[in-house]
Amino acid sequence: MKIIIAGCGKIGSTILASLTAEGHDVTALDKDGAVIKEITNIYDVIGVVGNGADCETLAEAGIEQTDLFAAVMDSDEVNMLACFIARRMGARHTIARIRNPEYNDDSLDFMRRELGLSMSVNPELLAAGELYNMLRLPSAIKVEKFSGQNLEMIELHLRDDSPLGGMKLSEMRTRYKAKILVCFVRRGEDVFIPDGNFTLECGDKIGLTASHTEIARLMRELGIVRRQAKSVMILGGSRTAFYLARRLTESGADVRIIERDEAQCEELCSLLPRAVIIHGDGADQELLLEEGLGVTDAFVSLTGMDEENILVSIFAQSRGVPKVITKINRGELEKMAGDLGLESIVSPRRIMSDILVSYARALENSRGSHVETLYNLADNKAEALEFIVSADAENIIGIPLKNLQIRPGILIAGIMRGRTPILPSGNDVILAGDRVVVIAAQQRLGDLSDILK
Amino acid sequence: MNRKMVFFTTGQIILLEAALLLFPLLVSAVYGEACVTAFAFTIFLCLVTGLCLTVFLRPKNRVIYAKEGFLIVTLSWLGLSLLGALPFYFSGEIPSYIDAFFETVSGFTTTGASILSDVEVLSRGLLFWRSFTHWIGGMGVLVLMMAIVPSSGSSGRSIHIMRAEMPGPVVGKLVPRVRETAKILYIIYIVMTAVMVGLLCLGGMPLFESLLHAFATTGTGGFGIKADSIAGYSPYLQWVITVFMLLCGVNFNLYYLLLIRSFRPVLRSSELWCYLGIIAVSTVLLTLDIRPLYDTLSASLRHAAFQVTSVITTTGYATTDYGLWPSLSKGVLFILMFIGGCAGSTAGGLKVSRIMLMFGNARRDLSRMLHPRSVGVVHIDGKKAEPSAIDSLATYLTLYFSMMLAVFLLLCLEPFDFETNFSAAVSCFNNVGPGFAAVGPASSYAAYSGFSKLVLCAAMLLGRLEIIPLVLAVSPSTWTKK
Repeated sequence: MKIIIAGCGKIGSTILASLTAEGHDVTALDKDGAVIKEITNIYDVIGVVGNGADCETLAEAGIEQTDLFAAVMDSDEVNMLACFIARRMGARHTIARIRNPEYNDDSLDFMRRELGLSMSVNPELLAAGELYNMLRLPSAIKVEKFSGQNLEMIELHLRDDSPLGGMKLSEMRTRYKAKILVCFVRRGEDVFIPDGNFTLECGDKIGLTASHTEIARLMRELGIVRRQAKSVMILGGSRTAFYLARRLTESGADVRIIERDEAQCEELCSLLPRAVIIHGDGADQELLLEEGLGVTDAFVSLTGMDEENILVSIFAQSRGVPKVITKINRGELEKMAGDLGLESIVSPRRIMSDILVSYARALENSRGSHVETLYNLADNKAEALEFIVSADAENIIGIPLKNLQIRPGILIAGIMRGRTPILPSGNDVILAGDRVVVIAAQQRLGDLSDILK
Repeated sequence: MNRKMVFFTTGQIILLEAALLLFPLLVSAVYGEACVTAFAFTIFLCLVTGLCLTVFLRPKNRVIYAKEGFLIVTLSWLGLSLLGALPFYFSGEIPSYIDAFFETVSGFTTTGASILSDVEVLSRGLLFWRSFTHWIGGMGVLVLMMAIVPSSGSSGRSIHIMRAEMPGPVVGKLVPRVRETAKILYIIYIVMTAVMVGLLCLGGMPLFESLLHAFATTGTGGFGIKADSIAGYSPYLQWVITVFMLLCGVNFNLYYLLLIRSFRPVLRSSELWCYLGIIAVSTVLLTLDIRPLYDTLSASLRHAAFQVTSVITTTGYATTDYGLWPSLSKGVLFILMFIGGCAGSTAGGLKVSRIMLMFGNARRDLSRMLHPRSVGVVHIDGKKAEPSAIDSLATYLTLYFSMMLAVFLLLCLEPFDFETNFSAAVSCFNNVGPGFAAVGPASSYAAYSGFSKLVLCAAMLLGRLEIIPLVLAVSPSTWTKK
């Protein structure tokens, strides 16, 4: 597929990397020649230097034959304009990044329609959503939701004293009687898609799918239950912080935001009447302790500087804050932060690129059962995909799962029928209209029928 | 530095050469010639070397940077030439290995300088291989590998290899994928060669000769298979060759733009118009200058046009011994040797775009001397030239002239006259082939000593790979681990 990415900043270049790896023909567009030079040295893409909202530049980039145009430049307005022009010039689908909260209210639908946008993405809002889910279930490293909302996938770290260490999965199922499915296991650099004979070890990170209530039950039985974070300290008054604080205060949690810029503090104050806004330097340890770092349930660092986020998070962890979440935008640092012991990391960059990859994959397989949601797991080593089953998937519908010839490295992790989650066993069947969650290691699925041999 | 990847890719190229050697093997088998065994043995050696390199040095980490790109290109071309010379040597038809190496380097670099005083005695298989090396070297062997071996072109980093091998100051891709770009270039190249073979056959040239001439023309090489180069062929055939030499001196990206029906950038390409302008002016000048030597105007026009395109595209074919022409004509041809074709073509020389950039920069600097505070921008194809491009041009010119003069100085150890030595250095460095006086189109490089031939081989490689890769490959700091 022919794709143009306008704007090659942090987010743009991540999207570019994942879409090129998917095998698409990508054209990179940026106004800075040096950026384009760097990008074309690293990725197999063609570069065009120019303004993404300029007809001539778009024509040079070959907009007429483009299947997907994504505008991820700095300014929302330029993104909207670029998408509008691109659509008029012949791009089949357009996606704009729109971050300003003023645009992300009821007027968004109107604008999307009038501008002919296929989708608008607000990575900060999505990141806030992911943060919120993580704060609701602090025992898990990560929580991902599928569109049914009833089915969740969480990642747990088995600590050295975990009762699950040395246990076979089949044994775990009989002992805990919980309706859960272990769908992947990370051990060091490796990722496994386990079967019943797989033995867990302490130190593993395991991915589970189950309904929300089942997960809560398992946590209780494992004795790792931790209550929902009731008081949260947020470092940095960015847009993500605003979206997160709004959701947290609505659900009744205490929120404290520490922000360096006074004007920003005042604006947040008027937008978030129920949160406490503190004007000060978040890197100042004295200030953090004074504001109650020692007693808070969770600490979230959301400043624009990855390095500051990492360092302050490490400090918070050393002070015994039960849940520390770090926002990191650069891929290299994400891995380093993991090595430094930070477990819960949120990356708006990865969220955005997951969305674009799943959109592009759905476009490519517009017939049949296409990808609805996609999550990248374990440093790109595996993916969780949600498909809506279409009626013409005859080779899958109505056949008990044990009779399907499924490729190795693929696991059917959950089926949503209406609002009921089903954790599949060999006798279950997939029906038309179901939503199916599939875990795939080291392979790219575009359509549900790709799971078959 | 990723040494394993450098040697691994070189190994892949040598394996590719083994595959390419199957064509001349087939030809000599069809004609029942004795050199079949020479080809078979060379293929065996290529397989052994290639497999050793690819099996024992299979790299885990495939990331390469610009430095590795330069080294891959240098080593591949050296390996290619060293092994490609073996069939000539094994068959005994060129008894000295240095001579065989010179002939092969001259082939791959599309120079067309020959040490053979009588080419017609060579067996057909070897003649085929000799011309085929032009065709392979013209578009580039690493580009060919990227087009046909899936894994080699799949990483984004392979742009470094392409950039090091393709001639011209700026190498651009046609489509987002390196592999697709390489494929498109080769398809255009193959189609042009096929059309040319057809047109030559129509003019009554036998198929075998048509093929060989088409290889040498589209690669802008210039190995003839007759002692008098193209002189013995009909005016129609000479015109066909003229036109195709001209076409192959044009940036191949423009043909792609024509294919996708985007005509405006082609018409606005200042390099193309400059190139055509130089040819037109030189042809008119030469036609007038040599008018008294030939009976008809059409004959002098034909000879002038042929020699001008042959030299500017650095092919090196000749329809007549231009060494006997008046001084003005020789002077013009000598200057054309430096200019060369367009960037992104199969031609050698400095390239028209570099010349344009040079003059644009000179003009800006001159106007700056008149108006010290003026702000000037050098434009090329209606776009602003990056200051870094002008800087690297200065580096390139410095290396270009100093190396060319160094080659000349080394040749002066030989007992030849000034004109011979200087034109030999210039001609080989710019991949033209024939020079003037004792190395003119009617004679060969046979008289030079073994040492001088090796110096000329280096000159040809420097010219084809545009200096930088070779200079970096021999500088010790590239290889140390620091």
